Amino acid sequence: MRITEHATRNTYHTMEYVTMESKPRIGVYICHCGTNIAATVDVAAVVEFAKTLPGVVVARHYTYMCSEPGQALIKEDSKALGLNRVVVASCSPRMHEPTFRGAAERGGVNRYRLEMANIREQCSWVHRDRASATLKAKALVASAVAKAARLEPLEERQVGVTPGVVVIGGGIAGMIAALDVADAGFPAYLVEKSDRLGGRVADLYRTFPDLEPAGEWLEPLIERVQSHPNVTVLLNSLVTEVSGYVGNFEVKVSSSPNDHLEPGTLKPETRNPETIQAGAIIIATGYNPFDPHGKPEFGYGRYPQVVTTVEMERRLAAGDLAVEGKAPRDIAFIKCVGSRDVQLGHPYCSRVCCQVCAKQAQLLRKALPDARVTVFYMDVRTFGKRGEESFDEARRAGVRYQRGNVSEVYRRGERVVLRVEDTLLGRTLEHEADLVVLAVGMEPREDTGDIAALLKVPRSADGFFLEAHPKLGPVDTAMDGVFLAGCCQGPKDIPDTVAQAKAAASSALIPLIRGTVPVGSETAIVDPELCAGCGMCVQVCPFGAPSLDLLWGVSRVNAVLCKGCGACAVTCPSKAIRLQHFTPDQVLAQVEALVE
Amino acid sequence: MQVDVQQLMEKLDLFGCIQCGKCTGGCPLSLTTALNVRYLIYETLLDVLPDPGKMEELWDCTCCFTCVQRCPKDVKPAELIIGLRSQLVESGKIPGTVGDALMSIFRQGNPLGFAREDRAAWAEGLNIRPAQEGCETLLFTCCSSAYDVRSQPATRALVQALRAAGVEFGSLGTEESCCGNEVRRVGEAGLFEMLTEEGKPLLESTGARRIVTTSPHCFNTLKNEYNLSGIEVLHYTQLIARLLEEGRLPFSGRLEKTVTYHDPCFLGKQNHVFDEPRAVLQAIPGVRFVEMDRIRERSLCCEGGGGRMWFEGTNTEQRLAFQRVHEAAETGAEVLAVACPFCLAMLDDAVKVQGLSERLKVMDIMELVVQAL
Repeated sequence: MRITEHATRNTYHTMEYVTMESKPRIGVYICHCGTNIAATVDVAAVVEFAKTLPGVVVARHYTYMCSEPGQALIKEDSKALGLNRVVVASCSPRMHEPTFRGAAERGGVNRYRLEMANIREQCSWVHRDRASATLKAKALVASAVAKAARLEPLEERQVGVTPGVVVIGGGIAGMIAALDVADAGFPAYLVEKSDRLGGRVADLYRTFPDLEPAGEWLEPLIERVQSHPNVTVLLNSLVTEVSGYVGNFEVKVSSSPNDHLEPGTLKPETRNPETIQAGAIIIATGYNPFDPHGKPEFGYGRYPQVVTTVEMERRLAAGDLAVEGKAPRDIAFIKCVGSRDVQLGHPYCSRVCCQVCAKQAQLLRKALPDARVTVFYMDVRTFGKRGEESFDEARRAGVRYQRGNVSEVYRRGERVVLRVEDTLLGRTLEHEADLVVLAVGMEPREDTGDIAALLKVPRSADGFFLEAHPKLGPVDTAMDGVFLAGCCQGPKDIPDTVAQAKAAASSALIPLIRGTVPVGSETAIVDPELCAGCGMCVQVCPFGAPSLDLLWGVSRVNAVLCKGCGACAVTCPSKAIRLQHFTPDQVLAQVEALVE
Repeated sequence: MQVDVQQLMEKLDLFGCIQCGKCTGGCPLSLTTALNVRYLIYETLLDVLPDPGKMEELWDCTCCFTCVQRCPKDVKPAELIIGLRSQLVESGKIPGTVGDALMSIFRQGNPLGFAREDRAAWAEGLNIRPAQEGCETLLFTCCSSAYDVRSQPATRALVQALRAAGVEFGSLGTEESCCGNEVRRVGEAGLFEMLTEEGKPLLESTGARRIVTTSPHCFNTLKNEYNLSGIEVLHYTQLIARLLEEGRLPFSGRLEKTVTYHDPCFLGKQNHVFDEPRAVLQAIPGVRFVEMDRIRERSLCCEGGGGRMWFEGTNTEQRLAFQRVHEAAETGAEVLAVACPFCLAMLDDAVKVQGLSERLKVMDIMELVVQAL
């Protein structure tokens, strides 16, 4: 047998399976996936072929292997025939590997001795010719069988979890997430850069769509956060260093002494741990409003008549609407300032500005009933619950909506002129106004890059943090145990932010409630006999898993951090690192079977 | 006439257009002429574009590229106009005066109908070294700078200043030809190709490491469209600003004047050279520099670009240059400084027509500089 040949050549690489077992006994299961596979691949022929492969004891095909009866086939065959390896030829392992691992395990087969052949995505879905597809399916099955024969039993390990969650950012997202964690009975550490809680929402006078004062619900929320026994609020604080892994993070926080507290701001908690141990981290760092100096055509910073929606919020709150000492008679809103703009690198819609305009325009109509209020728009996107209704209310309140993306603002006497084409009239206008409100969009905060580097969380092309999956992992990140909440992931309104914050808190609580985290076994291990301690694995690893043991002069891999990418194994000049479940002899056997 | 709509849509990626109107809203001519580039894009996308031969307003576009600068989707609306003009040129349906200018460029290397052998007449007595003998800095004169009597003093002033700063330079003399910037913009792609194919090797053969242009139009095309290898292309205001910064151009006189400055579209909006011309003006001892309201990215076009030097336009009433000189006069400036021979011609004319000659003088930046040397 080839196995023993390997064993004599390299004892370390193969020691586990020479000691444990005699011969591979493999069960092969070909899935029809309804007609997804069976229509293109002759499954019966693949079964007959599989039966001829070395080590195969049984081969079957079934309509849906992932169904209850399908899984039962694996379990019962394993028991009855004493299988020690299982091959399932079906869909992508991303879809059902955990399912079939479970089935194998229930039949008494080690879960790491399951191998899948992807004959759907990589075969039946992409080929038309039945004969060729069947041939390819056979090759894929042969390849999986060859690898399965060499698979080693691996043990799934569990490590303990430090109870507690660090939440970065004390805005609405961070506060909600911290409260949910705290209410579940775990410590929440809310790290806030500024000297107060509330974030951008605290700057809002009223909120859309119902125009209710934001303070009505924000103040009690802040109060709850402040007084919650499980929440530690760290104001004027920055996360400076993060190490560890899901379940056991170590977060260093530096706090600047808060000597100039403005009246009315909240006092920070006295407890100020320098290093926080936590099982999970939630990023809730928010956004920056777009700085309209980047759109010089609007004359922002040049004309006192031109303000942003953020400034207008403050003016509405203060009742200070005068421009150069006079109440404005003509007020114009310009939408999409800093949004939907490819030239600025902001191709996205900021999702709230249309609603903000509808809100502020209505408030201005109330405050200045004689003023003409015009909203210049490209599209009106007041989606969401009560969004369209709020747009209706704005028009009924006398707000004029005129379609055209304003191109330029310039001065005319004491007023300013908006140069715009009304695209419905097909006519270019000079619209005079006393007050121009720029509906500024959202952009990533300037410190997004720093936090991304600290937590090793990737960003999307627009600069915001990247979620793990656009549909199935909207609050997860590429880093286990690090979650996203609110506008740091992309522009969103308050309800969406709160929903995401609650989702992030729930996800962060999973390891905390379970108390342990599973550690995958497809990880790299170092043979200390061969390791020269050169440190190349340390440099190449994107996850910080290997580190040099200075006492022994060898590298050690932290299995919890290791993602099993194999970069270290192929880099290691002395071949001291082996990626379990993807060992050279396993992979080579797989390749050999394919090309035979 | 039949327009190849598919070719235009794909070449210009018009599919990105969301019909927001920012292009037409900012077009300096959309208030006074029938030109509506947003609507032209819409008609092209829907394949309902009428015969461009009947759209005289297509020739109104000055190619100031405000629309291109402002488009949030990075569509280049003005390029559609150039594309449509191209198809008109191919079928020979162009205004007679534009045709005359193109013919003159083809025959004499300038659009103004002058003879090639007179191109260096402006430099008589200046003993400018022929660039053909090799030079580090090549002075590239716009056809207007060479032939137009209103522009020639500015060209000579530039020579004087370069010499005062000790800059060695050469010129191609009568071998110099039109750069073709406007040729491409009126849609004569074939002639433009010919000019670049002949011009590029000629310019490169001088061994010059930098080219200094008198016009933002030549600057634009030489810098962005000639693909000159290893040659830095500068507008003269950039070089003068650099010389001032290096302390190589000392002023000995003073110029007690209030001066404002008009940004040329091809220098400012299209190439983002805003600060250097201002730095030069502000460095002149005695000059009180004042700004108009519409400056830099919001500067108003003089209406002289994109072939408009050769075509009157459909609107002859409220010229942009008229509006512009009033804006300049309102600042209280005695001098409206320009950095482009087209702007000089358009605005100088406007000052006369608008009866502002007593209050406002239009001068090239170099004419001001040499007064204080």
